[in-house]
Amino acid sequence: MTTGYEIIAGLEIHAQLVTRTKAFCRCPNQYGAAPNTLVCPVCLGMPGALPVLNREVVAQAAKLATALGANIHLQSRFDRKNYFYPDLPKGYQISQFYQPFAMGGRLRISTGAGERWIQITRAHLEEDAGKSMHLADGSTVVDMNRCGVPLIEIVSEPDFRSPEEAGAYLSAMRELLRFIGVCDGNMEEGSLRCDANVSVRKIGETAFRERTEMKNLNSIRSVERAIAAEAKRQIGVYDNGGTITRQTMQWDDQAGVLTPMRVKEGSDDYRYFPEPDLPALELSDDDVKAMLATLPELPESRRARYRDEYGLHVEAVYLLASDRALSDYFETLIGSGRSPAIAAAWVQGEVQRLLRENAWELSDFPVSAERLGGIIDAVESKRITRAIGKDILRRMLSDLRTADEIILAEGLDGGHGEDEVRELIKGILVKYPDELAKYREGKTKMIGFFMGQIMQETKGKADPTTTKDVLMQLLHNTE
Amino acid sequence: MYPRIPSPEILRQTPRRIPDAVGRSLALARELESLGAFITLLDERALAHASSVAARLLAGEELPLAGYILAVKDNIAIKDVKLTCGSKILANHPATFTATAVERLEAAGAVVIGKTNLDEFAMGSSTENSALMRTVHPLDAERVPGGSSGGSAVAVAAGLCHASLGSETGGSVRQPASFCGVCGLKPTYGRISRYGLVAFGSSLDQISPFAHTCGDLHRITRVAGGYDERDATSSSIPVSTNTELELPARPLRIGLLRNFLEHEALDSAISTAVQAAIKALRESGQTLVDIDLPSVNYSIPVYYIVATAEASSNLARFDGVRYGFRHPDAADLASVYDMSRGAGFGVEVRRRIMMGTYVLSSGYYDAYYSTALKVRHVIAEEISAALQDVDVILAPTTPSTAFKIGEKIDDPMAMYLSDVFTVPANLAGVPAVSVPWGTDEKGLPIGLQFMGRHYAEEQLLSAGMLLERLRPQA
Repeated sequence: MTTGYEIIAGLEIHAQLVTRTKAFCRCPNQYGAAPNTLVCPVCLGMPGALPVLNREVVAQAAKLATALGANIHLQSRFDRKNYFYPDLPKGYQISQFYQPFAMGGRLRISTGAGERWIQITRAHLEEDAGKSMHLADGSTVVDMNRCGVPLIEIVSEPDFRSPEEAGAYLSAMRELLRFIGVCDGNMEEGSLRCDANVSVRKIGETAFRERTEMKNLNSIRSVERAIAAEAKRQIGVYDNGGTITRQTMQWDDQAGVLTPMRVKEGSDDYRYFPEPDLPALELSDDDVKAMLATLPELPESRRARYRDEYGLHVEAVYLLASDRALSDYFETLIGSGRSPAIAAAWVQGEVQRLLRENAWELSDFPVSAERLGGIIDAVESKRITRAIGKDILRRMLSDLRTADEIILAEGLDGGHGEDEVRELIKGILVKYPDELAKYREGKTKMIGFFMGQIMQETKGKADPTTTKDVLMQLLHNTE
Repeated sequence: MYPRIPSPEILRQTPRRIPDAVGRSLALARELESLGAFITLLDERALAHASSVAARLLAGEELPLAGYILAVKDNIAIKDVKLTCGSKILANHPATFTATAVERLEAAGAVVIGKTNLDEFAMGSSTENSALMRTVHPLDAERVPGGSSGGSAVAVAAGLCHASLGSETGGSVRQPASFCGVCGLKPTYGRISRYGLVAFGSSLDQISPFAHTCGDLHRITRVAGGYDERDATSSSIPVSTNTELELPARPLRIGLLRNFLEHEALDSAISTAVQAAIKALRESGQTLVDIDLPSVNYSIPVYYIVATAEASSNLARFDGVRYGFRHPDAADLASVYDMSRGAGFGVEVRRRIMMGTYVLSSGYYDAYYSTALKVRHVIAEEISAALQDVDVILAPTTPSTAFKIGEKIDDPMAMYLSDVFTVPANLAGVPAVSVPWGTDEKGLPIGLQFMGRHYAEEQLLSAGMLLERLRPQA
């Protein structure tokens, strides 16, 4: 498709910030309430109402900027972006145009072609607009609950050279936003939205050609499909001797087609000017430090540690450092000195299996890292077998007790510690003198016979390794 | 002092008379309806509040503004009361909340009897731009009361109430105060919360009181002012702790703003009044020094760029979609906007929205808006620097006394120039007070103004009080 051409794409991601209240008023910031119930004079733009910045918004933005390695501006300003639309009650959106919150930064993406860094241009704060809904009877109604919900807009450099790279970037950004708790990343509910700029050029060209903008890309797949479709269209136009005009397109995900929204003449004139109702947002280094107190160790750093220090396999590295909850679960497990490799094996194996079987999120999983830790400790100290450990884990799904409590109450290690096993084996050797003699004559396969007897007596609860060690000692002890 | 109703002091001493006095104010407002001061009278609400204030006083409660009967400009919100802004587009719009300043004044015992007329969205200098009614000068029905807070000025000047709230963006309180012969204070930007004041030029707007004396302005400002968590531009600098205003404790150092005192547009009667005031101030032991602030000569163009730019954005919300006037013939979204705004706004408001939209447009922003902001900064710096050396700056409030209705309404530039002396204080954010000083040959009041340092309202009003003492008693 792209023979002789390369794709140049950039993404603008709008992420709704997770905060208790909206950006400039005290209405709850939550999704899914009955229309127009989470509103007040401020977010409705009633005459005389004024915005007041919610500091939680700044803290969330600071966390994201830091996670991206962006440069936080200690002084930023809000500006008004003026345009008319029924879901924009003030007739302007409070945004940041002249002095954005942060500039620069980068995010690592991973595609079939390998890993690379994507550069971020800027990240700025703004408020969301309401939501227009077009009804079957042709009328349009507006839900203002979303008005004033805080957004951060993250603008990438035009660094993508394939639809897959853009998809990988959106995916990585979503993962990061969720990991640091800045955005829930729910694209169906619109808490994460994406626009793309696309142009193509002949391979070898250095200048950019005219680009088009695509709105309404509401999944990673639609980002990839829309960029591919638009690049194909542009190449077709060029190959037929045509030119591309700057325009905004709407992506219809179901039909898989792009339709032009409006032709841009030069650029839209939003008449940006400094928002006089809000003083400059000034931060000290200490303010920023305080805001970062809840920023967890980032996936990037956790991956490096899991790979380089713990020597975990690449699959485990990605599994355990991509989802915040799972990663924190793993961190808790290894926090008390447990072997990372063994802990990783349990999380990757048994825990994942149970989550899958029950279609659970980790937050639904009834077994805390502390309780799983108890099982691992019992197995590692040979009090119980790994198989019993797995049984206990399964039992814990409906049983609130700790591993110790279950083991003691159920006698799961009852008489099967090393001393008990030794006494048991001594008794068996006495009971079967003929078989013992055969072994001592050289019939080593009698080991199987004795192991079988022991397992029968202990109903399989004796640890096989310990049992075999003790058995061998006693078989060779000719006293 | 208050010719038609008992003074606040008397009412505080005899709380039972408060409801009667409020009733009397309301009746007077109706008797003098031809003045056109009020758009809405709040009989029931005012009388209920008056009774409650009386009862609380009798129960021994301290209410610093008990006895004060107030009027409020109709661009300041009072919950469930029409908030018209003098515009057809909001003619039937009830406010959904109460402005912080009103809330504080009422909590302190003041009673609001009504909402006053104004130039539409506070845009004008004569109150002729109200789309709802005509307000006339209390001494001459053929003249304007000034504006945009004309109704609030007239309500006080005609003795219908003790004091009132107006709003200033470029002189909309001091100018009508001067025309009507009352005191008007434009506080420091940030002194009184703007929450509930319908925005015109947000970086300039300030709720501003009228009263008969600087002492009353002081009492009102310290109650209405102070930090408000609902206005991010309100200041946390505390208000004065002195309940009563006093004369300056020491002689003041007063700057005489030569380029205004000798301004070519200044009426000779006003010039004579200023000279008399200067003489009286000097003889009373104040130190007078000449100052010249060349950049303030650019105040009018800077003001009309900044204020209209902000207004074009602030008034975008009046679009016929959610509240206010929607044109009955509008058939689709574009016509809802075009027809509702076209018919809902008056000519001056439309003119300013167009100007503001123009100066913010891509390609013109740098030449107009951005340049105006820079010049505004220079003006502010120059005024602040002068106020390092002097306590207050003296200037006339207006170039002329009250002009005739219709005289300037078709000449916007002439109308804009009536704000030439008041606008600098708004651009610089400093407080300024206009105090009456005599009359011209027609008997029309003249006002002189002092500008003061940021948040130094008390010192500024003390200077004003000094003028009140020194002026020849009629």
